[in-house]
Amino acid sequence: MLIAAACVLPLIVIAALTENSGYAFHAMLGVLASAAAVILIANRCFDGSVPVEPQEIDGKPNYNMGPVKFATVAAMVWGIAGFTVGLLIASQLAFPVLNFDLPWINFGRMRPLHTSAVIFAFGGNVLIGTSFYVVQRTCRARLAGILSPWFVVLGYNFFIVIAGTGYLLGITQGKEYAEPEWYADLWLTVVWVVYLLVFLGTVMKRREPHIYVANWFYLGFILTIAVLHIGNNVAVPVSLLSPRSYGLWSGVQDAMFQWWYGHNAVGFFLTAGFLAIMYYFVPKRAERPIYSYRLSIIHFWALIFIYIWAGPHHLHYTALPDWAQTLGMTFSIMLWMPSWGGMINGIMTLSGAWDRLRTDPVLRMMVVSLAFYGMSTFEGPLMSIKAVNGLSHYTDWTIGHVHSGALGWVAYISFGAIYCLVPWLWNRKGLYSLKLVSWHFWISTLGIVFYITAMWVSGILQGLMWRAYTSLGFLEYSFIETVAAMHPFYVIRAMGGALFLIGALIMAFNLWMTVRSESAAEMPRSDEAPAPLAMAV
Amino acid sequence: MDQRHDAPHIDPHTGIATTGHEWDGIRELNTPLPRWWLGIFYASILWSIGYWVVYPAWPLLTDTTRGVIGYASRADISADMAQLKAQRAVQAAGMADATPAQIKADPTLFQIAMAQGKAAFGDNCAACHGVGGAGAKGYPNLNDDDWLWGGSLDAIQQTITHGIRVAGNDETRVSQMPAFGRDGMLKRDEINAVANHVRELAGLSTEPKANLALGRKLFADNCAACHGEAGKGNAEMGAPNLTDAISLYGMDMASLTETITNSRNGVMPAWGGRLDATTIKALTVYVHSLGGGQ
Repeated sequence: MLIAAACVLPLIVIAALTENSGYAFHAMLGVLASAAAVILIANRCFDGSVPVEPQEIDGKPNYNMGPVKFATVAAMVWGIAGFTVGLLIASQLAFPVLNFDLPWINFGRMRPLHTSAVIFAFGGNVLIGTSFYVVQRTCRARLAGILSPWFVVLGYNFFIVIAGTGYLLGITQGKEYAEPEWYADLWLTVVWVVYLLVFLGTVMKRREPHIYVANWFYLGFILTIAVLHIGNNVAVPVSLLSPRSYGLWSGVQDAMFQWWYGHNAVGFFLTAGFLAIMYYFVPKRAERPIYSYRLSIIHFWALIFIYIWAGPHHLHYTALPDWAQTLGMTFSIMLWMPSWGGMINGIMTLSGAWDRLRTDPVLRMMVVSLAFYGMSTFEGPLMSIKAVNGLSHYTDWTIGHVHSGALGWVAYISFGAIYCLVPWLWNRKGLYSLKLVSWHFWISTLGIVFYITAMWVSGILQGLMWRAYTSLGFLEYSFIETVAAMHPFYVIRAMGGALFLIGALIMAFNLWMTVRSESAAEMPRSDEAPAPLAMAV
Repeated sequence: MDQRHDAPHIDPHTGIATTGHEWDGIRELNTPLPRWWLGIFYASILWSIGYWVVYPAWPLLTDTTRGVIGYASRADISADMAQLKAQRAVQAAGMADATPAQIKADPTLFQIAMAQGKAAFGDNCAACHGVGGAGAKGYPNLNDDDWLWGGSLDAIQQTITHGIRVAGNDETRVSQMPAFGRDGMLKRDEINAVANHVRELAGLSTEPKANLALGRKLFADNCAACHGEAGKGNAEMGAPNLTDAISLYGMDMASLTETITNSRNGVMPAWGGRLDATTIKALTVYVHSLGGGQ
């Protein structure tokens, strides 16, 4: 509380003195957030009727699910916002007139808004929410800290607001997937360290002899993201009154740092974190044991060790020295099987429960996510091979690859987890409608197929057109001709994105109705929902 | 929940033992690693080690391992570029000394010039003039026979090399139509009269209230020096022909009023310093043959 109170005055001063209106707006948001924190905490301290929640009630852990609920709702809200912006920028690429000559909705500002909204706002909230759920359930311990779990979810979402509004107002440090400026980066660092402490604290007071594999993956994700975030974002602010900064790295070192960060954001945020989700929700939903304990150990350590080297494959045939390109490529190849270990462990966990795929669309969604995961983690090493990369790099093939992973894997495993979580968290017997889940599944799967096939075709076409020489030794196509050739595929891609968004809207409606209706709906098995939780919200 | 921490037991479906741990109802089978998985994993490691032997790979104190075949991507691209240059040099041998007219007359040189011209046009000119040279508002259409600065091979070569209204280029194409309205030379109703007269010259309809007599007189006094009495234009001065329906900025009243009031003065870069002489010759022949060469 004292810290929050201490923040109010300097932020007002900054807001008053800075010449950048966007930065002043952010400082005022900071003032409001700090003041709100002071009031809420003071209320809690001086109101004797709010006791400290006990760790256990009647010998059963008294789980802290409030922050999980918040993160789950935030994930759905940000997800739909992010998908909508994605549809907008896909449409802008097909029809540039949709930029409307307005700076705030220009493609250049919307694109980082889309990537950050889906990766960090949607994905990040899913990761924080599920990690707080899973670590409590698999450690049989209440989340460590009284205020700190709330600080993590609220602080993280405050960071999202600062980052997103910053892009719209033109505040960016211009590093892909690391666009927020120095003050937002510093704030995120504080939030992230508290996140790590809450997670570690909960693991340390566990009442299970061993740490479940999902928690290894969560811990690997949290630790590595902290290192990556700090490494890539070290910068010197122009002044306390300026939102701008100068990065510590420059030239090819900066590029190397950027892609060490960028690739491992894929590796540790979008892969390790979501594998953690898979390791809890797939066996839970399928009611089957994990396929192989040994595979989970081996592929965890192989993945962690090898992934961190693979970043240079984003810089093939650039000023990056050949030796670094070689290492980036070879470690990407070696990464193929460690990545597939997660897919095998997930899919094979269903052996003995394959029939459930017919009746349970939630499980079907998670299994299809593993299939997409397997496909993308085969495609990734393939594209890291220099000869293939010479064709694929800078083309839409990369965009297709990213989205087969992002839509097919990350979003689908998240959807599956949220479909499981919402009835559990709100103490409902089941989802409002499994039929709507089925509709969501088929509509969005069609959308993904539209999306990635359009991008494969346009990407390979683009790559071939760029490198085509006439027999006389001149380029066959001008760049603008390749742009014109992309148009039909951009239209198909936008249609795929629209279908994916429609699916997510169906999901949001289904979840809303689940929470609203007390009555139980159809469920594949009556014993699916875990025993009612002793919830303290 | 009551069977937690049980001893390993055999999973009835797979016949494989569990590890004996349980978390929130989740158990783990102790299935061995799939052999095909392990096999491919080892193979990918062996392949990588082999690749490290062949190519530059590991950093040392002051250098890196170089690989046994001495590969360097920089040398690779230099070799590719040299090969391309050599091929082009053979082809371009005849082009270097030929004038655009000679190139146009020689079928072999013409074919090369068209290929080279198309590639150079796409990368340098298409952004404004369009891929097919069809132009846009403010950027001339190169497919028709209406030329601002002349459509002969020599005139086109001159325009490409030195550009239009390029500051600091002595040989650039320069003309400056006055901003009659902005600089107070004509009043608003006078501009309206001139604009109507220009439409009359082009055979287009005029406004019912237009003072055509005033327009004719003002045109003769102010415009005819460059555009000619009959408005036929003058390529020497870059003055457009006003009697055809082709217009760079539009022949509707609003566009004409804007042109007469503020003038336009579009700019085209001088390519002489950016492209080599052979490329400019190829571009000259290419643009000349787009449809309207004179």
